[in-house]
Parts: sequence; C-alpha cells; structure tokens
Amino acid sequence: MMRRKKRTAGSVLFSILRCAPVAAAACVAVGPVVFLVTGSLMGRGELGEYLAPVLFGTEGFVTWRFLPMYPTFQNIVELLCDSPEFFYMFWNTMRITAGILVGQLLCGMPAAWGLARYPFRGNRAVYGLYILLMLMPFQALMLPEYLVLEKLSLNNTLWAVILPGIFSTFPVFLMYRFFTEVPEEILEAARIDGAGEGRVFLYIGLPLGRTGIVSALLLQFLECFGMIEQPLAFLKDQTLFPLALYLPEIGAERAGFAFAASLVALAVPLLLFFAGSEYLEQGIAASALKG
Amino acid sequence: MKKKYAGIVFVLPHLLGVLLFLFLPFLDVVRRSFAQAAGGFAGLSNYGEVLHNEAFRLAAGNTIRFTAVCLPLLMLLSLLLALALYGIGSGEAALKNSLLIPMAIPAACVALLWQLLFDNHGMINGMLSAFGVAPVSWMSTDASFYVLVGSYLWKNAGYVTVLWVAALDGIPGEVYEAARMDGAGKMASLFFITLPCIRPAAFTIGVISFLNTFKVFREAYLVAGSYPQERIYLISHLFNNWFLSLSVDKMAAGAVLLSVVTGAAVYALQRAWEE
Repeated sequence: MMRRKKRTAGSVLFSILRCAPVAAAACVAVGPVVFLVTGSLMGRGELGEYLAPVLFGTEGFVTWRFLPMYPTFQNIVELLCDSPEFFYMFWNTMRITAGILVGQLLCGMPAAWGLARYPFRGNRAVYGLYILLMLMPFQALMLPEYLVLEKLSLNNTLWAVILPGIFSTFPVFLMYRFFTEVPEEILEAARIDGAGEGRVFLYIGLPLGRTGIVSALLLQFLECFGMIEQPLAFLKDQTLFPLALYLPEIGAERAGFAFAASLVALAVPLLLFFAGSEYLEQGIAASALKG
Repeated sequence: MKKKYAGIVFVLPHLLGVLLFLFLPFLDVVRRSFAQAAGGFAGLSNYGEVLHNEAFRLAAGNTIRFTAVCLPLLMLLSLLLALALYGIGSGEAALKNSLLIPMAIPAACVALLWQLLFDNHGMINGMLSAFGVAPVSWMSTDASFYVLVGSYLWKNAGYVTVLWVAALDGIPGEVYEAARMDGAGKMASLFFITLPCIRPAAFTIGVISFLNTFKVFREAYLVAGSYPQERIYLISHLFNNWFLSLSVDKMAAGAVLLSVVTGAAVYALQRAWEE
C-alpha cells in the first residue's frame, strides 16, 4: 500500500478512534459464538443458577460468566452419546445441503458457463429471467413451488426442499460473473489446438472460474444449512426435519444441552467459513460490483 | 460438441428445471389469482379480498415500516464501518472475518440465546437496570420491532460492510493523490471522491439488503412463533399462515402482488439511481 505514513501521536490516536467502533462491532458479531461455547461447558447446576429468572421467574435478571465456574463436558457427552434424534436431524440437514450443492455443480455450473460464454439466441432472455427469479423472495415462490411439488407427489420428501434449491438462480448468477472474466483468447487457443467445447469448459473454464464456483457453493451452503422457510412449508413428517427446525424445540429447561447442540451444529458452517473465507469475500464482492 | 449448440446444451438442464419448478408454476399461480376457488374467472376479486384483508394490511404495513427503518440504517451503519475498516492495516482481514461470522450462524443456533437476551428477566433488561433504566417487555410490546431491527443489523452488517469495502477498493489511489496535491482535505476527499465513486455500488448493495429483509423471518419465527407480537407480524408470517390453512386463491393473489411490488421497487430504485 502506498498510503503508509510515518506514525505521529496524532495518527496513533486517530487509528485508535477508528479501530474502536469496528472492534466493538466485531465483538457483537462474534459474541453469540462465545456464548454458545461457554454455555455448553456449564453444568446443569451452574446454568440453573444464572438462568433462574427466566426458568423459574425468580427476581432479578439472567446473568452470565464468560468463564464457567465449574466447566464440564456433561452436555457434550449427553449430546454425543444419548441423543440419537440430534444426529438424525443433522443427517437430514446434510442430505438436503449435499443434494442442493451437487445439483448446483452438475446443472448450475454448466448453465453459468453457457450463459457467460455463448451468445446463443435467447441468451439475454434467459439471463433476464434468472435475474428476475433471483430477486423474488421465497414467499412469492412458495405457493407455485408447492403446487408443482404436489403434482409430482414430492411434498413431504426431502426432494421437495432439494429440487427447488438446485434451481435457485443466485449461484448461477455468481458463477456467471466469474466466468465472463476468463479471456476469450485462451478459449480460442484451446479450440485451435483441437479441444471440443466440453473440454474447453472442463480444462479451462473450471480452473479459471474456481473462485466463483467455490464462493457460490460456500454461500449456498451457508444458506441451505440454516434453511427454515422451505422445510417448514414442504415437510410435514418430523423425521424429515432438518436441524434448524429441531434446535429451537429443545427449550430453556435443557439450556446446556441446547447450547451444546447449537455449538455442534454451528461447527460445520463455521469451519467451512474459515476454510473458505477468502473465496467467500471475493464472492460477496463480485455479487454486488460490476466485474 | 459443435460451438453453435454448445451454449444451449450447457444451459438446458438447469433452464428446464427453472422452468419446471419456478417459472411455469409461477405463471400458473398468476392464472389462479384471477380464478375462483371452484373454477371460473374471478377478475380482480381475489386481489380485492387480499387488499381488504385485515391481516394483510397489518403485515404489509409492518413490512414496509421495517424495511423503511432497516434499509437506510443498515446501509449507513455498514458504510461507516467500511470507511473505518478500509485500509486500517494489519487487522483488516481479521476484523472483516469477525464481522462476517453472523452469516455463518444459522438462525436456529441463536434462537435460545435471543430468548435469554430479550426475556423480561433477560440479559438486556439486566444491563438496562444496571444503568437505572426500567425493564422493557421486549417480546410482548411494540418494542419487539427493535428486537427485529437488531437481529437484522446483527446478521447483515458484516456482509454489507464487506460489500462497501470492495467498492472502496475499486477507487484508484491516484485519484486521492491528485486531490491531495490540489489541497483537498480528508473531508473533501470523502465527499467529492469517495461517496460519488461508490454510488453505483450503493444500488446493488441496496437491492441485496432489501432482499435480505425477508430473511429476518427466520429469527422472528424462531423466537416468537407463527403469531408474534402484532408489530412484527410480517408478510412472511402471513403467507406462512395462509399457506398452512391452504387459502390458495388468497395466496395466489398475494404472491403475485408481492412479486410485482418487489419488482417495481427494484425497478424504481434503478431508475432513480440512473438519473
């Protein structure tokens, strides 16, 4: 960066003034994770004491300690050894998420490539349709989706959540943005060397559009993992429910268990978030700015 | 594969799915919105029924109010954060990541925490009482509106900040350099370079933030259920409840109205921006 200057007392003060609000916002953003971690390490007795005003309506307010007085793995053990339903719902969530992501890779990715690189007849119309659908909130599409799923008798199966998810157009749009940036000369060179269109896509488009693909999948993963509206509308059978519908059912009486369950559920998206944060950021930036 | 057909072959599988699962069913719903439940043409009577529906008016009003408060607030707050964050030095990446974390946290994981925060005996009231402020019944009075606003800001501020930072990144350093040579101060650079330069990005950022306002339903539903306090009964709650009672003709008209209003809002924003 060119803007680095010599440090004076004034500039140090300025940078503190500047950092403080950002740091405060960062603490608010991260706070809930810290809560879940400490909460899941607290025993029933300790939590009961802090949460008594909410649980039993005693005087005073809920208090909290960010270091448990008597840390214990009781909740984690209970979760891992004694609650098959948690894993059942976890498995449902993973099946839904994996189904949507695989579908996006197999159908959405080639579609983004086709729209980005081939000016066939109707290309702009399809692109316009995709943008339009991307802007529609789920609530506007809920009834249409429900009716078609009913006709195909897919309601109350995981496919009812997976199939419309595969055809959500946002990931296609995001990958499109990155695919348009691949220089045409490279593709031409490959074609002259005798590569067919399929090969051009697999060996040039995919590697060069990697950032877009990874960031689209990552954003889609985070979206699917926390899905509430779709399963709520299309699934009736409780055994099909994803984790996101099960966690809030646990209730404050079993707060320690609920914290542990939330923490384990959170661990998956959080790990992916950190593993892919660089891609994520580029994807977010590309979704809003002209490339 | 010939180049002439390649594009269509690439697009076709996904496009067929989109047509089958989203677009054609949507057209069917448009048709239904003009039909009677028993069959036959109903004209605009379904629309009339929806627009006169008490619950619809409540939900639409709440949703509009929520959007009108949240959108400007979110965009301003995150712009300030982005301005502070941009070029902050070594900590920039770590701070950005921390701000983004709420994106990765499923609403379900914080549902219990929200309850513990906003209960009458919850932590927020605990903090307020430490400053001598009387406790607020967050979930059973109009104060619930602020719970929703807070959730929305918490969830989206980081995302939008990263968007603004990306926009700031796009401004070439030389422009600032030249302005400084001409004697422009920090404030002048901000108002005459930074803000005009990020104006185009503001439109897309606005659209993305607008679309995310619908997702606040997740937090609202998990904390307060299908029938929350009156002030935070949003369009999403209403649709969900109509859906459960299978009021198909009302829902059809409602879905068409919602998509027309959404489309019109985005279009109007775009026109206003281009002028």
